[in-house]
Amino acid sequence: MAQTTHATTEAHGGAHEAGGAFPPFDSSTFGSQLVWLAIAFGALYLLMSKVALPRVTRILDERHGKISSDLEAAAKLKAQTDEAIATYEKALADARANAQAIAGETRDKLQAETDAKRKALEADLHGKLDAAERQIVEGKAKAMQNVRGIAADATSVIVQQLVGRTPSADEVDAAVSQSIGQ
Amino acid sequence: MADPIHQFQLKTYTTLGHIGHTEIAFTNSSLFMLIAVGLITMFMLWGTSGRGLVPGRIQSMVELSYEFVANTVRSSAGNEGMRFFPFVFSLFMFVLILNLAGLIPYSFTVTSHIIITAALAVLVIGVVIVYGFMKHGTHFLGLFVPGGVPPVMLAILVPIEVISFISRPISLSVRLFANMLAGHIALKIFAGFIGSLLAAGAWGIISPLPLALTVALTALEVLVAVLQAYVFATLTSIYLNDALHPGH
Repeated sequence: MAQTTHATTEAHGGAHEAGGAFPPFDSSTFGSQLVWLAIAFGALYLLMSKVALPRVTRILDERHGKISSDLEAAAKLKAQTDEAIATYEKALADARANAQAIAGETRDKLQAETDAKRKALEADLHGKLDAAERQIVEGKAKAMQNVRGIAADATSVIVQQLVGRTPSADEVDAAVSQSIGQ
Repeated sequence: MADPIHQFQLKTYTTLGHIGHTEIAFTNSSLFMLIAVGLITMFMLWGTSGRGLVPGRIQSMVELSYEFVANTVRSSAGNEGMRFFPFVFSLFMFVLILNLAGLIPYSFTVTSHIIITAALAVLVIGVVIVYGFMKHGTHFLGLFVPGGVPPVMLAILVPIEVISFISRPISLSVRLFANMLAGHIALKIFAGFIGSLLAAGAWGIISPLPLALTVALTALEVLVAVLQAYVFATLTSIYLNDALHPGH
């Protein structure tokens, strides 16, 4: 033990003198450097891997989560807005179609009413026209009857004047019928 | 002129004991490692204490570093690689803060010691190997056998692949170590010139030159500090990808 202490003291003394071993290659210091490196780096690794880095990871994850959830919420709201717009447009289209249907219906109804009235009027007029025509035909036939009567009377008068005798009604009637081609 | 190597000297504050013949001591290196762990933990916990849905300034920075490392892991090792995210994140922040803290004058650069960078690189490759065998068993060895190659070529290619795999932890550790070491030496030398020139009478007139260079180098070193931490994290992700998907 005493010997080792002596040796290290000597080594130390040598190292402190200018011109001693080049410090980075002075193997007498390697032991303590290695031990302290192991302690320091080991502690650093533990602190980083167990405490510091998980904290940073959590912060970054939280941020990413927040950003993505915000984006998601925004997308959801946008979808809702789109839906509302679609509903509104549909309602608008429905209302328009409804209005058009009502308008069409009303128009058709009015048209039908007008048509019915016109038809009734036309039928009425036709009836009146037919009655008038019938009246004319009747009148005409009556008139023709009268003309025949007049012709027969005239014939019997003319014959009486010419011949001096009154022809029988049958003869006159046959003659008139013959002359008017019946 | 000030000794440019002096800044890499470990100062023992208290000796804690011995393991075999090796002295275990609390040194300035240990102090800076603990400061880095404290700073990172404070940054991460303080930044996330608000748990704001809308981040504040510190929380933005925390989230920025989280997303930055997460994207690095995801682009190199895919979504499966995210199981190693805490590991890569710790590595990135640890190396970054140690590099940046080392730039403060009179501070100590923990990453300028090859034993630290080598230990981190071995840890990375160890995770790759252990996880690779755990997940894929002997299929993990397929990493060394490129597909679609005639068997004769395999005799040449397999050793090359093995060497390339072995050189990974070496290049990973030496890259970070050498960048930190060389940068700090260069800074110290140019800064030392200012003092030397001022002490050399009439030559003091050109002392603004190394001062300007020191300022420029400091900016470059900030870039290197961040870049090396990023390179370390990216390469770790790429190597972890091999453990996840050993097929060529």
